[in-house]
Parts: sequence; structure tokens; C-alpha cells
Amino acid sequence: MSGVAPPLLEVRALETRFSTEAGLVHAVDGLSFSVNKGDSLALVGESGCGKSVTALSILRLVPDPPGRVAGGEILFEGYDLLKLSRRDMRRIRGGEMSMIFQDPMTSLNPVLTIGDQISEAIRTHESVSRRSAWRRCVELLELVRIPDPHRRVHDYPHRLSGGMRQRAMIAMAVACAPKLLIADEPTTALDVTIQAQVLGLLDRLKRELGMTVLLITHDLGVVAEWANRVVVMYAGNKVEEGRVDELFAQPLHPYTQGLLGAIPQAGRVHYTNARLHEISGTVPNLIDPPARCRFAERCAKAIDICHREYPAPFRPAAGREVSCFVAERDLA
Amino acid sequence: MRRLTEFWRRYRRNVLAVLAFGVLLVVAAMAVFADLLYPQGPWEMVTRPFLWPGDRSQHLLGSDMLGRDVMAGIVHGSRVSLLIGVVATAVAFIIGTLVGATAGYFRGWVDDVLMRFTEIFQTIPPFMFLIVLVAIFKPSVTTITLAIGIVSWPTLARLVRSEFLTLRERDFVQAGFVIGMSNTRIILTQILPNALPPVIVTSSVIVATAIINESALSFLGLGDPNLMSWGTMIGAGRQVLRNAWYLTALPGIAILLTVLALNIAGDGLNDALNPRLKSG
Repeated sequence: MSGVAPPLLEVRALETRFSTEAGLVHAVDGLSFSVNKGDSLALVGESGCGKSVTALSILRLVPDPPGRVAGGEILFEGYDLLKLSRRDMRRIRGGEMSMIFQDPMTSLNPVLTIGDQISEAIRTHESVSRRSAWRRCVELLELVRIPDPHRRVHDYPHRLSGGMRQRAMIAMAVACAPKLLIADEPTTALDVTIQAQVLGLLDRLKRELGMTVLLITHDLGVVAEWANRVVVMYAGNKVEEGRVDELFAQPLHPYTQGLLGAIPQAGRVHYTNARLHEISGTVPNLIDPPARCRFAERCAKAIDICHREYPAPFRPAAGREVSCFVAERDLA
Repeated sequence: MRRLTEFWRRYRRNVLAVLAFGVLLVVAAMAVFADLLYPQGPWEMVTRPFLWPGDRSQHLLGSDMLGRDVMAGIVHGSRVSLLIGVVATAVAFIIGTLVGATAGYFRGWVDDVLMRFTEIFQTIPPFMFLIVLVAIFKPSVTTITLAIGIVSWPTLARLVRSEFLTLRERDFVQAGFVIGMSNTRIILTQILPNALPPVIVTSSVIVATAIINESALSFLGLGDPNLMSWGTMIGAGRQVLRNAWYLTALPGIAILLTVLALNIAGDGLNDALNPRLKSG
């Protein structure tokens, strides 16, 4: 942390739980991280580790019931979002922070034209005439590089390709120039070339609109290419954080090491018969998890204390953090 | 306008539905121009009683036991049938959409309360309930229309609720929340337009049921005594069924055609409004 400007978004000890018939699921369990203005932060982890729930918690859109943000603070420009009234929260959503979803096929309303939907987003926050909202739509479609925007505003979503729909979604999300954009696996449903285009688009919008982007993904390739900072999540909590180059060059947590080891690399594995590394075992059950390292059972390096206690975050350098007894011992 | 031509293009694909639409247009025209076609009204005794259809060219469909023109009765009766059918459905549509949308959108206890309330209405046999309602209030067009609306809304409420329950979970509704839309805005701009097609289709069937209900009431003598409706004509013809069956058959055919046309047009609407069938 620079210590000069306060972070744009700071999540402190966030706990989000879901009550199910089997018991209370601790989907996010004491997660803390912060996003500085201008950051491209990637939140990485495997399915079910609580990435998306974190995003929904930040926007206060966790379905309640069964879910509930049980504790912690979410500071956005110094205000605790968890304490805001519904009305203020509505102003923040879309206006100050926005989100794009994984599947562009289902994220657009099938009975409204692209123009109708985007101008609806504009008119939700600004009292502008239908005409000028419509003009802004065309500009926004131009901004996200949809060809022939004057014609496309009249189209229904089913006429657009997946990549174009995702662009339209992004146009809708940035319609009111939010300060923070949360992108929940925005490229997972797209093929690789379109993926690169969408990531490039996010980068450009970040620069042109001065946005900060929180990218949620499980794709380490996307992280390496796009993010400048990474938070690695495992079973509802942060295991490691750092600048992307540092983290990829020297992963400290055994889980991160395992993740990086599981990526096929050109030249090293492709043309040989070497087996990819894998992390054995499965993600632990998040119903009433015990107070010890969540990764211990799958960890090859686990020592006694890992099975007994929960590792506190250890900061070997500024902006670098790891929660692991082994890493702490090795670095100390 | 563009949407309307697009809609018609898709509706046109179903030949039967176009035919049904034609029948409905004829019925609507009868209702609109009734006073021009038969300015003397349906009650006037214009010829000798029991004139068979085709006997005399100026009274094409014959006359009844009092010498009233059957054609005049059918033309004027279409007014009552259509009016009651459409207005009663509008009443059912408004109540049903309000209740169903609120229940399906807010879920939880709101849903429980509203749906238990709806079920109270559903447990009473609709026609019995209708008779009771009309018997309590004096039979007139207004009370009959309202009563038919009141017995018809639960179907629509349940349909709207189920549509809302599924649509609420869709990503684009979530996207609406994300961009900070209020509940009312999400209901009106995001969910309702998606929920409408099946509701409109069902409404067309409810118009048909309402017409049948009105006729049944009139047949039982519970209709508005000051208005000639198709049901009234059937009821009156019943007494002379053995020697002048056409007096019940002709208005019966009018009801049959109208109701059938409404149902077929409903199917056509379903095809034309279904967004999944929309071609590029």
C-alpha cells in the first residue's frame, strides 16, 4: 500500500455465509484485500472458492435468504457499503461501481433492443432525455468498438455474436462511467481470440475512463497477461497476494505453486510425455470449517502446526502477503 | 411500426390463425356497426313469429317466437359478448398481474400470503362463485363483467407469478440490479416485457371463457335483462327447441365460432410473440 492515497475499495474480514439444509456454508470466511485506484486486480481461485460471492457481497447482491454477509467491512471511498441504505446502495451500483457477468448470452434482456437496454442504464442514474440517452448509447457502442453502432442500437441481442454481446454488456456497465468495474469471468464463455479482444477492451476503457478493474477469473493465463496485482483465494479466504510478476516468478504459497505447476507450458510439456502436475485431493467442505489451514490436507509441505492452527497473514515485503506457516518459516 | 409489421409477418405464417383473426374482425365489425345495420334494435317485433332461416330474404336468419329478427339479435348480441369478454379479461389481467408480479418478485412471506389468498378463490368452483356474485349484486353489465373478472384472475395471477419466479433469476435481471435499478423499474422494464407473451396468450383464452360464462349466466336468466346477448337468445330458444331448434343453434354457432377463433388466435399469438421463435 502506498500509504498516500486511501484504497478505492477495501474489504476487511468479510464473511458471507449461506444457510443450507446441510448446515451453514462459510463461502467467504474472513477475506481482506484492497484495490487501489487504477489497479487491475485479479481475484484468482478455483470454482467454489468464493470469488463470485465476494463480488456479489461487494455490490450487496448476495441473495438473502439463504445468503448473508455476516461480518466485516467493505469500504468504498471510505464509506462502509454494508451500512448504506438501500437507496444509497442503488445509486452506487451502476453509478460508482458496476459489474459484468460471465455469460453474455443470458445477461442481455431478449425482448429489448441493445439501445433500449443501454439507455435504460443511463436513465436509471441520470435524468436525461430519451434522445440524448440514445445518442450516448451510440457513442458507447462506438467506444466498445461495435461496428456500425447506428444500426446496432436497434438490434435485439439474439442478432449479436457472443463477443459483440459481451461488448454491449460492457457498454452498459460503463454507461455511467463507474469508478470500479467488477468483471466476473468476463471471458470464460468466449473463444480465445475474442477473449484477447475483450481483455484489450477492458484495458483501454480503464485508461480512457480512469476506471479501476477487479477481474475475477480462474484462468492464470488471463491473469499473467492482464493484471498488475493478484489475490489468490482458496476455500473462502486469501492465501497469497502480490504483484503479478513477483507472484508468477516466485509463488510463496504451496497452493499457488501447485496452480502454476498445473499450467501446460509451451516447449516444456507440449511435445514431451511429461505429466502435468496436479493438486491432489479436493476442495474442503465449507460447512463449519475447522480453525486450521484449509489447504493442509492437500499440501505436500504441510507440517504439524498446519493441521492445528490457522496461519496469520505474513508480509515479506510491501504489497506481498502469504498465509502459510511453511512459507513464513522459509522466509524468516 | 417496425415491430408491428415484424409481428404480423410472424403471425401470418399460421394460416388458421389468420382465418381466426378474420372471424374476430367480422364479430368486432358487427359490434361496432350494430346500430347502423339494425337501427331498430334487437327487441323490435318486425315480422311474423317462427320464420325459418332463408324463408324471407330481408330476415336472413329467421325470426323468433315473438317475430324478432334473429340476425339483429346476433349482431347486437355480439356487442354484449365482446364487451363483457374484453372488459372482464382486462379486470382479470390487472388484478392477476398485480398479484402475480408482486408474489413472484418479492417471494418469501409476500408470496405465501398472496398465493394462499389466490387459492381461496381457486377452491371455489368458478361458475358457482359467479352465480353467487351475480345473485348478491343486481345483474347488470357492470356487475356481470366485474364478477367474471373476479373469478378469472387467479389463473393469470399464478401464470404471472411463475413467469416472474423464473425470470427473476435470469442474468439480465441481475444485471439490472448491478446497474442500480429500483424494484419497480426492474419489474416494469426487465421482467414484465418478458413475462407478457404467455400472459397475452392466456388472456385470449380468458376472453373466450368470459364469453361462455356470460352466455351461461344469460341462459340461466341471470344476465342483464335489458341487454340482448347470445346467451339470452339461447335461453329463450330453449323452450321451443323441438319445433324451432335454429333459435338455439344460431346464437350457439356464433358463440362457438367466436370462442374457437379466440383460441386459435391465441395459438397464433403464442407463435408470433415467442422470442425464442423469432428469426433474425
